[in-house]
Amino acid sequence: MINFEYARANSADAISQIAGDPTAKFIAGGTNLIDLMKEDVERPSRLIDISKLPLKAVEEMPEGGLRIGALVPNSDLAYHPLVAQRYPILASAILAGASAQLRNMASTGGNLLQRTRCYYFYDTATPCNKREPGSGCSAIGGLNRMHAILGTSDACIATHPSDMCVALAALDAKVHVAGPAGTRAIALVNFHRLPGDTPERDTNLAPNEIVTAVELPVPGFAANYTYLKIRDRLSYAFALVSVAAALELEGGAIKEARLALGGVAHKPWRDSSAEAALRGEAVNPTTFSHAADLVLRDAKGLEHNAFKIDLARRAIVRALTQAAAGTPQSQSNKKIR
Amino acid sequence: MQMARSGTATRPNISIPEKIPIALTVNGIATQLAVAPWTTLLDALRDHLDLTGTKKGCDHGQCGACTVLVDGRRINSCLTLAVMQDGTNVTTIEGLAADGVLHPLQQAFIDHDAFQCGYCTPGQICSAAGLIAEGNAKSADEIRELMSGNICRCGAYPNIVAAIQQAMGQS
Repeated sequence: MINFEYARANSADAISQIAGDPTAKFIAGGTNLIDLMKEDVERPSRLIDISKLPLKAVEEMPEGGLRIGALVPNSDLAYHPLVAQRYPILASAILAGASAQLRNMASTGGNLLQRTRCYYFYDTATPCNKREPGSGCSAIGGLNRMHAILGTSDACIATHPSDMCVALAALDAKVHVAGPAGTRAIALVNFHRLPGDTPERDTNLAPNEIVTAVELPVPGFAANYTYLKIRDRLSYAFALVSVAAALELEGGAIKEARLALGGVAHKPWRDSSAEAALRGEAVNPTTFSHAADLVLRDAKGLEHNAFKIDLARRAIVRALTQAAAGTPQSQSNKKIR
Repeated sequence: MQMARSGTATRPNISIPEKIPIALTVNGIATQLAVAPWTTLLDALRDHLDLTGTKKGCDHGQCGACTVLVDGRRINSCLTLAVMQDGTNVTTIEGLAADGVLHPLQQAFIDHDAFQCGYCTPGQICSAAGLIAEGNAKSADEIRELMSGNICRCGAYPNIVAAIQQAMGQS
């Protein structure tokens, strides 16, 4: 690993420490950043350790939602009783990702800010617009089996790797951030960006801002949800396609629908037209197929990832079927029913 | 020519920082050491404290060979800096046996022949100790899922699951 300086932050000075040094980076769980530093992809001159800041609480909001501190470890969040009871889709998505050891280390804020696992982003011997803007994209004409089918650009076809964020997108979560100019909240669906011609920017977080919390609104869809993740191995692999589906049913009809996809785009992918097409409709395969077609209407496959379009269509229908039946995908018994 | 890199475009040449003093309790023994900031916990254990039971496999958090318990929680020691663990309580494979008696997991791994080459075994056993403490696995499926961060290239998985089930029955 390269050499760097190390400083511990306290709550009062974390933001001023980072604001004063554009070559510094915050470190919390470290699971992604240290890996990228070993690969020479990230080369900070200074690490500011925020892991001891008091951002580790999961608190009930007065109106019933949850506020999750940015430093709550992924495992603590997944197994938190309030999350397990009220937001099981979030618990399920977290437990579908990484390994038990990594979930014990990785923070909520870090999960949001983790970088793509595109092999060319990691391989400093190859061009990559995300790593070295303007150098080109090696994935478009290269090995692109893991890559995006929605919202891509000529500059980048990377996917956002998080499972947790797909569930957060479906739940309409908000990201609270703080910076030199004060605090603000960003809807999770607007937190991550599409690549466009600036793929080096994964999120709309400013360089001198810090994630302080993630807020969940009241609706948790605990009765009718699923997180269905399709991958090359049964465990501990990134999604080829994942679907977070959450429904509110009333007398056999769909009153409210949420549908978010992972593994298909540069951000968790939500499609409001597909959700609108589900609302008010009867629970049946035709309704679900129609919604899937809407999500994928602009999907574009490349040499190795075109299979994801059919895979996503089937995964959406299966996930909506699981959610409607109240039989969410188990994250230990991987048989898909 | 070196091209600009996102986020750290203008990285200055920095002098080698002073080593940072830290205090760890390792296997019950209070330990002071001074480490460079980029020393991982894994390298501190192996190279500074001569605790070579914890193995370096992939060094990227993908294989689990480096698994240790920090304040009772299993983590990948290759993906954390030693300076970040200042003040913590670290348990490695060397710290599991007590008073000359093997830990139930160590005995169970022997009883079930839960290894071949043995390189992944310290990580498997520390991970299993964390798994049992967490209390979230009951069935074999759940053990397999929650042990998926530990790779065994010899393929001893069925015996590893059996060993963990035996140790769970005793805890």
